[in-house]
Amino acid sequence: MPTTQQQKLVHTFSALADIGQEVAHKNNFQEMIHTSLHLLLGSLAIMRGGVARYSRFGHELNFLAVRGLGDDFPLSASLEMSDEREFLNTGMSDIEISQAKMLAFFQRYQRILERKNIELIMPLIVRDELVGMVFLGEKASGEHFNSSDKAIIQAMARHIGVGIHQRNLMAELARRAEENRKLYEDMRMTYQDTVKAFATAIDCKDKYTEGHSVRVGKYSEIIAQELGWSDEEIEGVAVAGYLHDVGKLTVERNIINAPYRINAKESAELNKHPAVGFEILSPIHHPYTDVPLAAKYHHERLDGRGYPDGLKDNEIPYIAKIVNLADSFDAMTTDRPYKRRRPANEVIEDLRRNAGKQFAPELVTAFCNGMLKELTGESKNRQFRRLLGREYMEAEGIVPLLKQALNGMDATSSLTFVASH
Amino acid sequence: MNTNLDIPVRSEGEIATVFASDYLNKISGEKIERECKRQIDAGCTTLVVNFKDTEIVNSIGVSILLGVIDAASNNGTEVIFSEVNEDTEQLFEMLGLTNHVKIQE
Ligand SMILES: [Fe+2]
Ligand SMILES: [Fe+2]
Repeated sequence: MPTTQQQKLVHTFSALADIGQEVAHKNNFQEMIHTSLHLLLGSLAIMRGGVARYSRFGHELNFLAVRGLGDDFPLSASLEMSDEREFLNTGMSDIEISQAKMLAFFQRYQRILERKNIELIMPLIVRDELVGMVFLGEKASGEHFNSSDKAIIQAMARHIGVGIHQRNLMAELARRAEENRKLYEDMRMTYQDTVKAFATAIDCKDKYTEGHSVRVGKYSEIIAQELGWSDEEIEGVAVAGYLHDVGKLTVERNIINAPYRINAKESAELNKHPAVGFEILSPIHHPYTDVPLAAKYHHERLDGRGYPDGLKDNEIPYIAKIVNLADSFDAMTTDRPYKRRRPANEVIEDLRRNAGKQFAPELVTAFCNGMLKELTGESKNRQFRRLLGREYMEAEGIVPLLKQALNGMDATSSLTFVASH
Repeated sequence: MNTNLDIPVRSEGEIATVFASDYLNKISGEKIERECKRQIDAGCTTLVVNFKDTEIVNSIGVSILLGVIDAASNNGTEVIFSEVNEDTEQLFEMLGLTNHVKIQE
């Protein structure tokens, strides 16, 4: 049979261990506080008490759990600034009610505290911050709290304080995450508005190719969708499409709008637009990667016969390959100053023929797939018909041609695959 | 009369007996406290808490019993703890619970 003293130690220390477990492992904050108060009161057989959380903003104590304090006990109490300072000064040590008389707080609540037999209060201080307060009534034994009792109370109260502090941090974190999300959303919308304004400005300069940038953005988006990219990646590709010709803003208007095939000098001037675009876009912080690269390399070809750098195959950034295909498609399907647009069947044939030469075959496949899905009604998309006109897209023989091209592409893709391994 | 399916209660005249069981040591032990308070409110003059199925009493259990003692004293109801094992009796004594309740075989 253990001695009384041993048994008492076991009883209080298991309460201390339990409170540590509670704080560390309970997900339900209310329940954690509630159980902790039971453990604190039960460890020393204290008849009544309460745990309050301190709100720095309202200078207010709000009780999270009370036992034996009756219905008339105020569940919210305000602190003076001087109280908070005093608590922070003395740190986390018990204050006997007889010593508390100088506190503004005590003076305000003296009557109720005395009526409820509150004998001890303990501010909960974590990292120099007042997070709450514990109120304790009389012991069942009728004895006063001795120093060993106070040490146990302090240890248990510290656990409760940490629990409240953790909860505060979590709430703060959740609030910040939400704020960040909103901020990011705002930024993204601002960015997209800017991008669209830019695209419109680019297209305005070129009266024959009105809407070119916007269409290239849309086609790029369709390709990325067909590739199964994430929403964010798709958005990035669309932006790259919108901005790919931003460098044209610095090219002479009469060169861009020349109603004839431009000469070599003019052509050299025009061909600077990818590099200029890159310079314009590089200093901007884009939420998506590779937007400047798409501008720089959107006139490169798989076979190395493009410009400005004559890059080949995998030297060309993937996003630039997408924009290149979208760009070429738009060039073929819209009227140019010196050339009328070509019929859809010719364009598809051209895409197929140039897969592996100018275009990445899998991108042609993706693009044709997107087109086919729209025409067969497999997807609810109406993009192609909206951008190119119903008659143009629904011309006879387009669907079989697309299917045929896709079959052929399969063969081309596997050929490229064999060739490159 | 058994008023609560979870908590065994026996009520004879003005004496109500509530069985503490092992529930007492968990937050669910508040059910026992509520049942005791119900019996007190119903006007029993003596409330017996029976510990025959209670191996040990931890701090949560003590806290819950203090709630019962407090409610009883506010109503002038006598509280008796019965069939308490030796360890638990010693604990109750040490913590001062025996100042408020009678311990009975
Ligand atoms: Fe271009
Ligand atoms: Fe272009």
